Amino acid sequence: MANGFTSILTKGDELLVSAMEHHSNIVPWQMLCERTGAILKVIPMNHEGELLIEEYTKLLSGNTKLVVCNHVSNALGTINPIESIISLAHEVGAAVLIDGAQAAPHIKIDVQKLNVDFYTVSAHKICGPTGVGMLFGKEEWLTKLPPYQGGGEMIAEVTFEKTTYAELPHKFEAGTPNICGGIAFGAALDYMNSVGFEAIAGYEKELLEYATKKLLAIEGLRIYGTSEHKTPVISFNIEGIHPYDIGTILDKLGIAVRTGHHCAQPVMDYFKIPGTVRASFSFYNTREEVDILVEGVKKAKQMLS
Amino acid sequence: MKIEEIQDEIVEEFSMFDDWMQRYEYMIELGKSLPLIEEQYKTEDNIIKGCQSKVWVHAELKGDKLIFTADSDAIITKGIIAILIRAFSNQKPMDIIEANTDFIDKIGLKEHLSPTRANGLVSMIKQLKLYAVAYQTQLN
Ligand SMILES: Cc1ncc(COP(=O)(O)O)c(C=O)c1O
Repeated sequence: MANGFTSILTKGDELLVSAMEHHSNIVPWQMLCERTGAILKVIPMNHEGELLIEEYTKLLSGNTKLVVCNHVSNALGTINPIESIISLAHEVGAAVLIDGAQAAPHIKIDVQKLNVDFYTVSAHKICGPTGVGMLFGKEEWLTKLPPYQGGGEMIAEVTFEKTTYAELPHKFEAGTPNICGGIAFGAALDYMNSVGFEAIAGYEKELLEYATKKLLAIEGLRIYGTSEHKTPVISFNIEGIHPYDIGTILDKLGIAVRTGHHCAQPVMDYFKIPGTVRASFSFYNTREEVDILVEGVKKAKQMLS
Repeated sequence: MKIEEIQDEIVEEFSMFDDWMQRYEYMIELGKSLPLIEEQYKTEDNIIKGCQSKVWVHAELKGDKLIFTADSDAIITKGIIAILIRAFSNQKPMDIIEANTDFIDKIGLKEHLSPTRANGLVSMIKQLKLYAVAYQTQLN
């Protein structure tokens, strides 16, 4: 996407990214700004881990060409109010790209209702294989964007004088595609749909509430990302204990969490911490597993303090 | 004591435990006995690169022996560097340079650390040896 926008942005154009992006939704845009002379601006957040919509509104102007933001933050679990983010951007004529990597496994997504210009999903976050994903784009935009890679399969006609490009979506699919990945991704989506997103969301909300309550009962434990609108992700630290230490003990107990900056260093900088321990639940987790996690965290705390 | 003897001693201590929880508890204990680096040496330059948590190491020559002090913001990392310092501190630089580090494998430390922490361990050993090389040239 960032490559595609190289020919669209010019010096002085502005691009807004949120303060809670994954590095993968920061770095390509910084590179784009370096190529084009466009300016990157950041939509700030508050201590609950929620974007400040008022500040966002102030940042929007006729110079804003693109707004990029995640639907759900992987570091905090916040579900961002993308409906407002999209409609406000459209008022100034800016396009919006939503990174749905963390939303797709938890929330039913209707790109038409959202009226979003671009929406991305990573297959490996939604029971699918690695190395493949999905980009939704409005036809008018995809038509406007030039091919970002040249190769076989993406052409209409090739001569040594001139090449014309294939129709959508082929003009973006140079070379032999990841066919196996595509088929497996399709199977994963069928499976997720057979479980049903309403059922998933309802169950996960309950699991999140249960786990939040039980973890907060541990003295000295602080949760980062305390918005009311969250997917079942709990990012936390225990006072005076390094997240890596807790992660190591939990690992020994057979409990899988992630520790560190979660590829969102600006979020860690905002909270002035080196990282967090992140427990990420899904529809296949149970209350018993939450109990095991809570006991594990207690054991780690006792060993490490 | 010679480096090799200290290493054997550490291997023996670790072999007394039956499970990895106990070994971690012991490592945490060892971390508490780490000879701490003076605050003034906790600089960016003294941070070991390649570790996920922060580890500072300082080396100083006393007579013909090298003395290491260190600290970390993570307790288990503190335990790891404490084990290394116990083996290598208060030794002649040349002995540190030539020392074998097989004892790490004998304790089974590497395979029980996450890959990033195991890399950190390698960086720590490398840094201690680099200090020894630097001070050895000074002695020559
Ligand atoms: C919110 C978010 N965006 C983007 C990514 C990156 O996805 P990918 O590695 O498929 O590019 C991730 C996860 O790695 C993520 O959590």
